[in-house]
Amino acid sequence: MKWISDAGIARLRAGMEEPDLTGTKYRLRSLLSRGGMGAVYLVDDLELERTVALKLLALPDPTPEDLARLTQEARILAQLEHPGIVPIHDVGSLADGRLYYVMKWVRGVRLDARMPVSLEEAVSIVERLCEAVAFAHAHGVIHRDLKPENVMVGEFGEVLVLDWGVAKVRPQVDARPERTAALGTPASPASPPSLPNGAGTQPGTILGTPGYMAPEQERGEDAGPATDVWGLGALLHYLLSGSPPPRDPAERGGSLPPSVPRPLASIVRKALAPTPEARFAGALEVRDDLLRFRAREPVTAHRESLFERIARLAGKYRTPILIIVAYLVMRAALILWLRR
Amino acid sequence: MERDTRIGGNRDRFPETRRSAVRRAADADPEVRARALDTLIAAYWKPVYKHLRIGWKASNEEAKDWTQGFFARCLEKGQIEKYDPARGTFRAYLRLAADSYVSNERKAAGRLKRGGDVAFVPLDFETAEGEIRQHPPSDDLSAEQQFDQEWTRTLFQLSHSALAAALRAEGKEVHLALFERYDLEADGPAPRPTYQELATAHAIPVTQVTNYLSATRRRFREIVLRTLREITGSEVEFAEEARRLLGIDPT
Repeated sequence: MKWISDAGIARLRAGMEEPDLTGTKYRLRSLLSRGGMGAVYLVDDLELERTVALKLLALPDPTPEDLARLTQEARILAQLEHPGIVPIHDVGSLADGRLYYVMKWVRGVRLDARMPVSLEEAVSIVERLCEAVAFAHAHGVIHRDLKPENVMVGEFGEVLVLDWGVAKVRPQVDARPERTAALGTPASPASPPSLPNGAGTQPGTILGTPGYMAPEQERGEDAGPATDVWGLGALLHYLLSGSPPPRDPAERGGSLPPSVPRPLASIVRKALAPTPEARFAGALEVRDDLLRFRAREPVTAHRESLFERIARLAGKYRTPILIIVAYLVMRAALILWLRR
Repeated sequence: MERDTRIGGNRDRFPETRRSAVRRAADADPEVRARALDTLIAAYWKPVYKHLRIGWKASNEEAKDWTQGFFARCLEKGQIEKYDPARGTFRAYLRLAADSYVSNERKAAGRLKRGGDVAFVPLDFETAEGEIRQHPPSDDLSAEQQFDQEWTRTLFQLSHSALAAALRAEGKEVHLALFERYDLEADGPAPRPTYQELATAHAIPVTQVTNYLSATRRRFREIVLRTLREITGSEVEFAEEARRLLGIDPT
């Protein structure tokens, strides 16, 4: 047998992994990133003369069911027209059977590469994520794999949710059209994307990423909007502390830095409640509470004490309070001066 | 314009599923069992031998006896059939079994040497020794990492031999020469050739070099996956190893 050096092994591995785009309309440029679900390459679309991102799935032996699932994802994404969701352009399989899909190339950085962020930025990012996720929920789509690697922050601060590879389509569209319309493209009256035969997740199948999986996901139970609410809570926890939430809810008391205000910590805790019923009803409810927090209004996730209420109001009305205090001080000084 | 000749014609999808040799080692048919054991020994003897030579600091004679003895014992005692995929990879199981065997052999030093009278696929210890001398393993790697790297090397060597045999049988010597020169041997003293240099050397257009290399890599990938499926203990292990070897670490 011919000797193969360590460098030779590395080169052979790279050569085998590299997609052979012969027969497609794409030309390989470079590797963008690599993850558990596959690798993403920068490619040129020779037909439309634009640069796009091609995701090659890490499946050693893809089956027709895998292709059906990929097609499902493409259909889902094709319906989700929202500024916070990366649009998909194409889907297919290479000559060697490996599956790929092509999506818009987002110029930006992944959330994990952008860390650390300020508290204000963390809240703002999660607000926008909530809107994209709520839009998907309104179309009956549950992402199921919200994590820092699946969030991209664009050059101009835009926040996008990537990788809908383990998304699930629910049979019913959210019955709150007035809220959906406020988020972007109005929900289509058409039925949600249908699942090709065999492409649905079997009961008991565990999909997601450890550390960012809701408890019911870890148990292989059915995922719903509350599953993504947990994911949003986990992302907020990550942005505020630099790490995913501890598995044991009892350990979450001290997992956020002391600098995080208690109302915000309560929002995180409520989103991460062990049971779906105890969490926020949906992604928009998370966003609304974050908006209230930013506006220094009482948040639904936190019952404030009298002292906290005074402190909050003092913070909210600081300028008028300062003007009144300054006026009273000046008036007292004037009275004292006149009595002299 | 010259078109790429696809190796294997249009049937270039993934190879058909072959049953794991680990499973076949427990087959009721003695012929199937013997072939499965030959496959496993061909894939694992060298990593085991080098593990004993380097990890256990055994002399070459000692390592030779122990390697033969270990595999003979595997055959006699049905060690491979006892493998439980739920408890880890087959590779790790075999390494730990080899460690346990050597540990017992050292304790019982002086007892009758085993394995000398058991016949199985010939093991080329001389080549293995030459490889250790010419390419000593890095001290930075643990015994486990060295074993894993040696296992990967053997997998690729077996796959390369199969690829070379298939291409020669099909009269595709140029495909093989390009693949070996560009992907296999390019870390020698000479710099990696460019596609243009390869095209000139073989008197073919550069586009043909691209196509031939691409087709041969695809074929190599198929063979690696087929071999991998045979020498891993379960579908889960196969999938994980395939991801690892394709550059995606599942951990």
